[in-house]
Amino acid sequence: MSVVTEVSPDGQKLTISIKGRFDFAKHQAFRESYEFLQPKPDYFEVNLKDATYLDSSALGMLLLLRDHAGGENADIRLTHANADVRKILAISNFEHIFDVV
Amino acid sequence: MSIVQPMLEALTILIAEDSAADRMLLSSIVRRQGHDVLTAANGAEAVEAFRQQRPQLVLMDAMMPVMDGFEAARQIKDLAGETLVPIIFLTSLSESEALARCLEAGGDDFLAKPYNQVILAAKIKAMDRLRRLQATVLEQRDQIARHHDYLLNEQRVAKAVFDKVAHSGCLNAPNIRYLQSPYALFNGDLLLAAFTPAGDMHVLLGDFTGHGLPAAVGAMPLAEVFYGMTAKGYGLAETLREMNAKLKRILPVDMFCCATLLNLSFQRRSVEVWNGGMPDGYLHSIASGERTPLKARHLPLGVLNPQAFDDRTEVYPMALGDRVFLLSDGVIDTCDAHERLFGVERLQQVFAANRDPDRLFEEIDQALRDFRGEARDDVSMVEVSLVEAAQLSPPALVYSDSGQSCPLDWSVSFEFRAATLKRFNPLPYLLQLLLEVHGLRAQSGALYSVLAELYSNALEHGVLGLDSSLKRDVSGFTRYYQERNARLDELQEGYVRVHLQVTPRDEGGCLTIRVEDSGKGFDVERVMARPLDGIRLSGRGVSLIRQLGRNANWCDDGRTACVEFFWEALA
Repeated sequence: MSVVTEVSPDGQKLTISIKGRFDFAKHQAFRESYEFLQPKPDYFEVNLKDATYLDSSALGMLLLLRDHAGGENADIRLTHANADVRKILAISNFEHIFDVV
Repeated sequence: MSIVQPMLEALTILIAEDSAADRMLLSSIVRRQGHDVLTAANGAEAVEAFRQQRPQLVLMDAMMPVMDGFEAARQIKDLAGETLVPIIFLTSLSESEALARCLEAGGDDFLAKPYNQVILAAKIKAMDRLRRLQATVLEQRDQIARHHDYLLNEQRVAKAVFDKVAHSGCLNAPNIRYLQSPYALFNGDLLLAAFTPAGDMHVLLGDFTGHGLPAAVGAMPLAEVFYGMTAKGYGLAETLREMNAKLKRILPVDMFCCATLLNLSFQRRSVEVWNGGMPDGYLHSIASGERTPLKARHLPLGVLNPQAFDDRTEVYPMALGDRVFLLSDGVIDTCDAHERLFGVERLQQVFAANRDPDRLFEEIDQALRDFRGEARDDVSMVEVSLVEAAQLSPPALVYSDSGQSCPLDWSVSFEFRAATLKRFNPLPYLLQLLLEVHGLRAQSGALYSVLAELYSNALEHGVLGLDSSLKRDVSGFTRYYQERNARLDELQEGYVRVHLQVTPRDEGGCLTIRVEDSGKGFDVERVMARPLDGIRLSGRGVSLIRQLGRNANWCDDGRTACVEFFWEALA
């Protein structure tokens, strides 16, 4: 699977791991990974360790997740991004609204 | 044994056979299988029967008088065109070469004499399947072609409407070069340019997320805000705030627009830049050959809500001939066969190898083609040069009112205080007010330039106490604008007062503009002693005001500036 989800034992944190190109082809799987989760987790992590590339529709998907997780108050970490992916996040200045670590 | 198979639609089958006995035998077999039969006694009759009645399948004897089966098959296939009309050769020939000849002539199968009814029925059925398959493929192909035509037509109409909205642009100005696919709009790329009332030039290169119509729909409102606000004299900050708020309101959450917005001032010889999510642009200094990257400092438009939006811009000095180069991510995101990106380094190699600045686009295009192995049609590039203001001809403004109710004897005073000075730009309102006076319209450019200079002098040197000599060199220039933003953020008190007085005079009239500020003033005599030049980076404002307005003077130790505009009787 190219989009893998894991909920922490206490149900408070959802980790979504992306494998390969993060683009529109993953739209459905990415949305389904958080949309119907009950109770809604408080923290989100998008693990980009195995993401090779990220396009603007992926940025759009991250914005959808942010909206779902409370917009301004969302607590979302983008982790382990490689240099290429980091560059894309930097150009779009997404570190202003996501915790890029 | 039921011979008519219910799923099988009855076909019209042409039987071409010169032996009357064989023809009758075959006809009765085929009829019993539920099909309609046409007959022909030679090839020529077969072709004629096909021409007139278009049977769906042909059983063709190879050896016939007048015209043999091979020639008849060729002619029938020609007449049938794209439709598959299966031809089954009936033959007593048994050498493999002769059988192969049947297929080469356009036959689809053959059946050896004497006829086996079961095999004949099976072959007709198989050929019918093939025939239907071909018909389905053709139908779907036509459907796709039709949809494609609709889509292209829709795009053409949408593009035509968009071009109407964007008609007021000045992309054809002599100092702009750009490269963009005519359907870039449907890749989400957007390029806009327009003159401000003062003769500055605003340029926007934008890139919406996604492709096709969804990517294009946001372009319309964005272009309207861009043209509307630029024409009214709003600066980059206000225009950006409005564009962001509008896109945030109308676009779905996952859609946004990366954009770089420029304000090129030919009079001040500077460029103001805001970059949200676009690849680095470059400011190319021709004298030093240096390329200063114009980096993305902001999130794209349409992501943040209006309160969180950051409209801070950066200002760089430019010399005549210097160029600003902007590009879409299509350039650096171009992949080669191994999924490697073209990237910024390769782009900079093209820069470094470039000798003739006018050939830069072609060289980048060529480098992309070499790297990828083929051309791309979703790359946008634009280059704007700083030229003498006189080389450009901003379009005359169009007014719709008759002028009968033009106000000719009035005065008005404003006082803009600290909290207002921080965020509000009063110039568009003041200009709009003044342009109610028809006599002033012909000089609206000069009027706006002078108003803008007076206001920014009062704000920056007066209220904020910034020293214009900071702008002597390039690094000081940047420092000056950083300091300006910082002091404006912290501003607690101070004011700028604007007094406008319009009085009739003979057949024409006079406008007096007086601008006062709460600052410390300056040594008027020393500044006035300077020659009227336009070359230095600093102090250009004062020269400009003296050249564009009449009787410019400063009093109250430089805290009050006064300038007049006259007009004669209107023709």
